[in-house]
Amino acid sequence: MSTSLASDLAAAAPELFLAGSAIVLLMIGVFQGDGASRSIMRLSVSALVVALLLVIFPLAGDGLYFNQLFIKDAYGSFMKLLVLIGAPLTILMGWRFIERERMDRLELPVLLLFATLGMLLMISANDLISLYVGLELQSLSLYVAAAIRRDSLRASEAGLKYFLLGALSSGMLLYGLSMVYGFAGTTGFTDLAAAFAQGAAAGEAVSVGLIVGLVFVAAGIAFKISAVPFHMWTPDVYEGAPTAITAFFAVAPKLAAMALFVRVLMGPFGELAGQWQQIVVFISIASMALGAFAAIAQSNIKRLMAYSSIGNVGYALVGLSAGTEEGIRGVIIFMTIYLAMTLGTFACILAMRINERSVEAIDDLRGLSKTHPLMAAALAIFMFSLAGIPPLAGFFGKFYVFLAAVDAGLYTLAVIGVLTSVVGAYYYLRIVKLMYFDEPAEVLDKPIGREVGVVMGLSAGAILLFFLVPGVVVDGAEAAAYALFAG
Amino acid sequence: MSSWPLLSLVTFLPLVGAGFILLVRGDEAVVARNARYVALWTSLITFVLSLFVWFGFETGTAAFQFVEKATWIESFGVSYHLGVDGISMPFVLLSTLLTPLCVLASWKMETRVKEYMIAFLVLETLMVGTFCALDFVVFYMFFEGVLIPMFLIIGIWGGPRRVYSAFKFFLFTLAGSILMLLAILAIYIDGGTTDIPTLIAEINLDRELQLWLWLAFFASFAVKIPMWPVHTWLPDAHVEAPTAGSVILAGVLLKMGGYGFLRFSLPMLPEATQFFTPLVFALSVVAIVYTSLVALVQTDMKKLIAYSSVAHMGFVTVGIFTLTQQGLEGAIFQMLSHGIVSAALFLVVGVVYDRLHTREIERYGGLASTMPRYALVFMVFMLASVGLPGTSGFVGEFLVIVGAFQVNTWVALLTASGMVLGAAYMLWLYRKTIFGALTKPDLKALGDLELREKLVFAPLVALAIFFGVYPKPLLDIMAPSVENLIESYELALKAAEAPSLALLLP
Repeated sequence: MSTSLASDLAAAAPELFLAGSAIVLLMIGVFQGDGASRSIMRLSVSALVVALLLVIFPLAGDGLYFNQLFIKDAYGSFMKLLVLIGAPLTILMGWRFIERERMDRLELPVLLLFATLGMLLMISANDLISLYVGLELQSLSLYVAAAIRRDSLRASEAGLKYFLLGALSSGMLLYGLSMVYGFAGTTGFTDLAAAFAQGAAAGEAVSVGLIVGLVFVAAGIAFKISAVPFHMWTPDVYEGAPTAITAFFAVAPKLAAMALFVRVLMGPFGELAGQWQQIVVFISIASMALGAFAAIAQSNIKRLMAYSSIGNVGYALVGLSAGTEEGIRGVIIFMTIYLAMTLGTFACILAMRINERSVEAIDDLRGLSKTHPLMAAALAIFMFSLAGIPPLAGFFGKFYVFLAAVDAGLYTLAVIGVLTSVVGAYYYLRIVKLMYFDEPAEVLDKPIGREVGVVMGLSAGAILLFFLVPGVVVDGAEAAAYALFAG
Repeated sequence: MSSWPLLSLVTFLPLVGAGFILLVRGDEAVVARNARYVALWTSLITFVLSLFVWFGFETGTAAFQFVEKATWIESFGVSYHLGVDGISMPFVLLSTLLTPLCVLASWKMETRVKEYMIAFLVLETLMVGTFCALDFVVFYMFFEGVLIPMFLIIGIWGGPRRVYSAFKFFLFTLAGSILMLLAILAIYIDGGTTDIPTLIAEINLDRELQLWLWLAFFASFAVKIPMWPVHTWLPDAHVEAPTAGSVILAGVLLKMGGYGFLRFSLPMLPEATQFFTPLVFALSVVAIVYTSLVALVQTDMKKLIAYSSVAHMGFVTVGIFTLTQQGLEGAIFQMLSHGIVSAALFLVVGVVYDRLHTREIERYGGLASTMPRYALVFMVFMLASVGLPGTSGFVGEFLVIVGAFQVNTWVALLTASGMVLGAAYMLWLYRKTIFGALTKPDLKALGDLELREKLVFAPLVALAIFFGVYPKPLLDIMAPSVENLIESYELALKAAEAPSLALLLP
């Protein structure tokens, strides 16, 4: 399918717009200095919103563009939608925090803009090369963002750790990509899928080199979604990075990497499902178990959320390991709901300040229900939802992934999954316990700015009332999953 | 009335009341007073509405009545489907009856009244919804959602070890019910629907799958009801929960387990039910004898009643798995009677606890002379719990034992021994607290029942005696559904046996 340049450009309109605005904003910033960083932040958020609108009202139809390097389909659009909801909201709610902590440098919004651009490219990648370019654009921007507080030892350590381990994983990924190219002779997803289908139809066994390549690719991406055993960086980076940056890390990049993982495994390597399924089942079980057990001992809420995110990636992978359309639908629904829960929880963490200083120990939440009843109620909703208790949205997320697992006959995985979620419930409940059963110790400050409260309220409302209109998300996810399989 | 969505009204009205309380603002005392009144009136109106269900209910048919259906998650085929039959309808009434009594019983609660009343109203919605739901997913949402308000009720307003008890309650129940979720998913995949009436009528799973699914359901319901050896959360939760929390826990929440057996395990998994019946009998008999003995040595009044609950629920499981008309009716009757009697007993303990703030049996004695009316009320419920003829407790236990005799004499004998042991510990409790010399000085100053407390106890006393003397209205309601249940169970077993016989006799 050959397309004209004009339609190529129209198809990639959100990405192009983001790239253009990031460059323009950088220029403005260079000439105006740090004083203009607030307006640059506002402009970046507006740019993200415009990109969101361009995704919702596309200028070109679905299809392959740029010589099949770039794919535009319902699946990609849905995931981009989530990323473009998550990214501006995290920037917006974190900005006042960033200003208070005196790290409101003009580079920060621009970096986050570039990172988001990388995520969109990852989601739309239809070639191993464009995949890698998107992934690296995102990662390199985020390495810098993690270490933006140069005067803080912990933040620098987190940034360095993130960079070193991230570079290692990128190396593994690149190695895997070259193996795949070497043995399959092509980097295009469409060609790869066709070649594997042909091979399977002819009854040829898959060559070992390809499988090694596949394993390396899977390991490289598993690092980005912080699945066990490639999770080690997550707790340290979550804890070390400034909370506003952690909030950004926890939402949009997770979504994009998960979207990429699904696209790579289901698209080009769809025929090799038998080979990668065992890998995914293993990392899924390991992530769920580690996420549940390791979180119990945490006393820092950001570390706790890091382990919680590891566990939740495990649940999402349950859906992927089914390898069916229902499974992918489950992953998409799960990630959508995860977006709302994480946004809300980090809004609460951003609001945890005592005497103008941000605090992170979960003990600081003691008695919150008496001092800040609304915030406590919202955080309780997020915690019960993360624990998967109906009628909150988190239940539906787990419901759909486990449905796919049972449907695919993965009973052991499903049973282990639900049992780890009982263990996980323990530490989520511990936070509810601190807020509701204990007496207040030190009173938290009033949340700074309206944005945090708005995000908290919106996510809590969405999670609480999800069961009234589940169709909106479920139908969208279904269409997205269908697109992935039709393509 | 059929044009009105009566069940939805009964289910969600309390939620509306909770919303009202949420909006109440102002001075703390004003908020507390308003919250109490709103909660009381909402729950009373709900109760009156549920009476329409009772009187509008058509006996003599096993069909689901007051059915409401609306699509909910279209792509998944899940619909919002409500309806009651002779098995579930009485439980709806039980829930709507106990909630206003709980509100009234906690009138003097002073800490965080607003949240307290909201929790109880939300709890009522979830309880009623559990019994009305006719779709698996809807059922599960109500069933599991109960955990949230109950966790908060135990944890916020409970006794000194409330945190431990709340966690234990939550995690035990969650572990059980999450396995049930997997079973529900497996049934959906096999049967293609989550609609309960359709599944009951049509589902036909192969034997091996049935066994696994039965165990998954069992994990959930056995924890909930609770059966030995997974009953250990119950004494803790009961002791630490505030009085009204114990009332709801004993009165309604335990019944969800028994209801689950009746609604799902028996009709949907008949072969597995037959296979596992000896296991259930064994566990139930152990529960009856063992927990009765444990109850004999308790020093805490609430703990004693909690253990007696486990024993009484042992009767229920024996009755359910006899799969005879008498056994099943007895089990349902026993659940309802226990819902009234044990709830009342917790309220009875609550009365003296409010005055003296201790539940140690040793601290009491001779209350008959200062609190004669209290002693009378206590006696009625004590005797009903023992199963004295003329009280509702007798009807249920008697029918269960009649049913058990038809199946297995030993089970019947050991079950009957529970009645004797029950008499032993309840009479001992009564003697220790009510009779004897009034030696302790602080007991002399205790006042008898207030008007509010009398109002709480009056309907319960009336019901315990009325249904003991004249159980017919309740039995008439449940009989057709029970008959239908047994009939389809036996049909399913015959259908399953036919091919295996064909294999044996070529």
